[in-house]
Amino acid sequence: MGAATVTRATIADPDEESALLQVRDLSVSYRTHGGHIRAVRGVDLDVRRGEVVAVVGESGSGKSTTSHAIIRLLSDTGSIDTGSVRFGSGELTGMSERELRTVRGAQISLIPQDPAVSLNPVQRIGEQVAEVLRIHGLSTRHTARADAIEVLERAGLPDPATRARQYPHELSGGMRQRVLIAIAIAAGPKLIIADEPTSALDVTVQRRILDHLQQLTAQSGTAVLLVTHDLGVAADRARRIVVMSQGRVVEAGPTREVLDNPRHEYTRRLLASAPSLNTAYSRVSASRVSAAEVPAPAAPGAEAVADVAHLVKDFALPHTGGPRRAFRAVDDVSFTLRRGQTLALVGESGSGKSTTARLLLRLTDPSAGRILFGGLDVTTARGEQLRQLRRRAQLIYQNPYASLDPRLSIGEVVSEPLRVFKVGDRAARVARVRELLDRVALPSTVINRRPAELSGGQRQRVAIARALALRPELVVCDEPVSALDLSVQAQVLALLAELQNELGVAYLFISHDLAVVRQIAHEVAVMQAGRIVEQRGTEELFTDPTHEYTRELLAAIPGRGAGSTWGRHPGHAR
Amino acid sequence: MINELTGQAAATVDPVVDPVADPVVDPVTVDIQPGLGARVYRAIRFFAHRPGLLLSIVLVVLVIVAAFWPGWLSGRDPLRGDPSDSFRAPSAAHWFGTDALGRDEYSRVVHGAQLSLKATLIAVAVAFVVGALLGLVAGCAGRWVEGLLMRFVDVLLSIPGLLLSLAMVTALGYGTVKVAIAVGIASVAAFARVMRAEVLRVRHATYVEASRSCGARWYFVLRRHVLPNSIGPVLVLATLDFGAAILSVSSLSFLGYGAPPPAPEWGTLVATGRNYLANAWWLTALPGLTIAATVLATNRIARALDGEWARQR
Amino acid sequence: MEDDAIGSAMRRYVTRRLAQAVGVLWAAYTVSFFVLYYLPGDPVAAMFGGGLDSTTVSPAQIAELRHRYGFDKPVFVQYIDYLGKAVRGDFGNSVSTGRSVTATLAGALPQTFALAGLALLLSVVIGGALAVSASYTRRRWLRQVLLSLPSLGMSLPTFWVGLMLIELLSFRIGLFPAFGDGGLRGLVLPAVTLAVPPGALVAQVLAKSLLAALDEPYVQTAQSKGASRLRIHLRHTLRNASLPTLTVVGLIGGQLLANAVVVETVFSREGMGRVTANAVTTQDIPLVQGVVVFGALVFVLLNLIIDLTYPLLDPRIIATPGSRGAIAGVGA
Repeated sequence: MGAATVTRATIADPDEESALLQVRDLSVSYRTHGGHIRAVRGVDLDVRRGEVVAVVGESGSGKSTTSHAIIRLLSDTGSIDTGSVRFGSGELTGMSERELRTVRGAQISLIPQDPAVSLNPVQRIGEQVAEVLRIHGLSTRHTARADAIEVLERAGLPDPATRARQYPHELSGGMRQRVLIAIAIAAGPKLIIADEPTSALDVTVQRRILDHLQQLTAQSGTAVLLVTHDLGVAADRARRIVVMSQGRVVEAGPTREVLDNPRHEYTRRLLASAPSLNTAYSRVSASRVSAAEVPAPAAPGAEAVADVAHLVKDFALPHTGGPRRAFRAVDDVSFTLRRGQTLALVGESGSGKSTTARLLLRLTDPSAGRILFGGLDVTTARGEQLRQLRRRAQLIYQNPYASLDPRLSIGEVVSEPLRVFKVGDRAARVARVRELLDRVALPSTVINRRPAELSGGQRQRVAIARALALRPELVVCDEPVSALDLSVQAQVLALLAELQNELGVAYLFISHDLAVVRQIAHEVAVMQAGRIVEQRGTEELFTDPTHEYTRELLAAIPGRGAGSTWGRHPGHAR
Repeated sequence: MINELTGQAAATVDPVVDPVADPVVDPVTVDIQPGLGARVYRAIRFFAHRPGLLLSIVLVVLVIVAAFWPGWLSGRDPLRGDPSDSFRAPSAAHWFGTDALGRDEYSRVVHGAQLSLKATLIAVAVAFVVGALLGLVAGCAGRWVEGLLMRFVDVLLSIPGLLLSLAMVTALGYGTVKVAIAVGIASVAAFARVMRAEVLRVRHATYVEASRSCGARWYFVLRRHVLPNSIGPVLVLATLDFGAAILSVSSLSFLGYGAPPPAPEWGTLVATGRNYLANAWWLTALPGLTIAATVLATNRIARALDGEWARQR
Repeated sequence: MEDDAIGSAMRRYVTRRLAQAVGVLWAAYTVSFFVLYYLPGDPVAAMFGGGLDSTTVSPAQIAELRHRYGFDKPVFVQYIDYLGKAVRGDFGNSVSTGRSVTATLAGALPQTFALAGLALLLSVVIGGALAVSASYTRRRWLRQVLLSLPSLGMSLPTFWVGLMLIELLSFRIGLFPAFGDGGLRGLVLPAVTLAVPPGALVAQVLAKSLLAALDEPYVQTAQSKGASRLRIHLRHTLRNASLPTLTVVGLIGGQLLANAVVVETVFSREGMGRVTANAVTTQDIPLVQGVVVFGALVFVLLNLIIDLTYPLLDPRIIATPGSRGAIAGVGA
């Protein structure tokens, strides 16, 4: 946090400087088969010299379109309808392609969203950085190589001379993002547009990269337009915040003011549902459940549904000539799941949490260890015994777009488990499907629709209904909300909590997001490199983490620094 | 007690909240089940924007009519002609002109559709059935079965299609049906590959695993999820292969391995016309043009189906 | 040290590809052997039934032929015998001419090689130019027109294209000779005819991948650097898009050889194609098998060359498992 406060202090008083970027009444629309869709409607936006401004909104709010429209990098179907974009003394909307090319990269540069695909896969890193220098005549053919290495070093890439000779696929996600930052800063632009620059990365990496970017731009006095869905990131980094919803700016102002005193209903909802800005007592706040419903500390007395002991999973690595090697994805993991309780497995990608869940459900076979389900050993269950296990333990997937068969109607999707186990006749199944849909708060009219006609949140409700169809004792939720928008996340979490209260089902809740976990779990197990490093009651773990890694994870939650002052603000009370 | 009550309150409040929070829902779901009138209107608009597609469909329908009811399109006998009427250039009386024996070329092309279409259908059917079956078994069985089948498919791919057909013709002998089978075998490999790729894609789809984790047995998953979701691209390939099969069949009959001479088959017509290229261009140009137009039309339809399929996914 | 790792990975890659090539050739030989000799039932009857009147061949003669070709031995022994000879380059003798298959093919090869080579060049150059212009232009109508040409080209029957070219350019204008093998001028029309379908295929695949590549995020990165459209095409999309096209070029080789059968018939040229057509007409099984295996050889060789070119174009093909970047740099 040190870097952040220093930066803020060193910025000159912005009011004395003229606006570097001035967007007025900008409207953008996309041509589609069904006609024109207006993605951005009359947006006003100012960025002053050396200032960090965050544009915050959910997916589809028009924030990315706005940022791309500024440098006229819209796709072929998109076009600017009205409005002006003044940059310095020039008007960007009226420029020819040739003039624009002298602005892009040199004056305004872009840090794109996904580092995995934003670099040319068949060109060396060094060449890609050098290209921007060559285009704008800042390096000669002879100096470009060395200059590129120097820029990579400034972007914080370790061993830049070696990296410059490598190809993108040889670098990690975090390193690729640093390369993209190097490309953005290379020509010394006055403004950097950062479009969700770190949302594809793990939290600890995210934080380090954002710190570095902030430091670099503060040194050089470069302004940053930070586009993000994460209010926490915006709160940490930006001097001013612009909130967008459905193509419009609904609120804009200094960060403190917007967060402490949100004027627009939408901002308030965003604040309330941003998990990273909340504490435990706001659990399921979106559904207005009273504070009395804080998850009770794990009650050891509750009946055990499943018991996992010393679980190990090895994956064979591709043979590379030497002795056979194996990768241990899950290493000596033990836990107990109890009726009506939620155990969360938390860790970064590759920590083995999803593999653990799949082992428990016997979707993959464990290399060692023992799984007891309802007192029955199912470690090596096969055939009919395994089918009966499937009946009692269900799974909700991360991506509701992929987990429903696109060709089936919602009714068919939800009734599938009933058909598979021949529960009731056709009429009874239809009745049960209606009951289930009602239970997950979907109108019964969706019964004949296809998954593609529903929103992400609705699809996840369908997946929940399907999981509950056979009245299971255990439901494994594999990142059930991470593909959803914030406000929808809160609703789905509330639904899960409420169903647990009613049905007494046990959850194994897999997540990389500690903030989400805090809202739903009774007990948390933190995983790192296949091992559980810390397992405690939720409140205990959050207030008094003992393991080093847990502390690091907690510190990396965006918005946590700011959260101490205004996170408990009664914004969610509406 | 309190929890229970608040829980229920949440359940009733939620559906009101959802549409507000999910603005995506409404515009998409509004026009899902249109009435008949709307559907007809939409179809008209669809084809008005795609005149080429409409023309292609008309042409393919004409070819089908010619194959089954040639009398509807031409009243003349394709086999009998008036020798005094030979080598007439195209005119109102003889749209495609007449040949060396004074037979009406248009009528011969119309009647030739039957043999050509029959051969094409057999070729596509052979390729589709054998290829899809190979691909399905390979995709589902996995392990060594998959390895063995796909290596076999690789070998079929490594022999150029026409050469493989020629080898089959050498072994089987001449005739329309034999040529058709030879052409079909030559494109088995493409079907097997696409089918396997689709089966693998669908088999590893999350919704298939979801079904399996619900406790569904493998044949249930295969019938309900894997087949319906993987057959589409194979059907598109079949329509695409239709054009290719017309070309291959006519090439083989042009080389003289198809139906014996008096029978009017498209490739044979061009081969016969070739002898009079210097003095009667229409005997070569017009039957050939018919082949090209038919292939173009089936390809256009295949492309439209492909687009539709891609949009559904 | 890293260079060593890449070198050994490259060696493994080459070895694996070579082994695969040999395997495919062997399998092609096997498939053609069983299709040609055993699908008809009795190979001797098939070979001589077509050419000779069955009444003129006495049972004793048939038995003699059977013995001469080794068909009186068990199938497996025959197969091993034939395969053993084939490995040494001996595919037996043509039934109709009595010349050795290998010599017959070798004699016909140069003519066809010139034809197919020119056609390959034409199809890659013209098809490639068509695709790049379709992707480069910003005029929608022009792009639509350019993109519709390949599907037209693929719908035209090769024999018909050849005949029409003869009719228009030889008979009417007299620009090129219609038939025969004379010189480069005589090569033009056949090569153009042969190049139409593969050229259309190259254009279609390259245009599709170029347009798809234009939508890739890395193109946006390049645009945000200030790169021009020309630069984006030359430095970024063309190289990425050339990979699928290269695969298609591998398929074209065999297609050219096969279509030479039709083209050489149309233009009355001597070459592999004519040899093939005659062999099929006379049911000359050893010669047909020789052609089929040769076709597979061309396919395999061309694809071997292409597989070895891939890593030069796309560094991801040889992903060295020991490459440190992926592991050491996490969270840099």
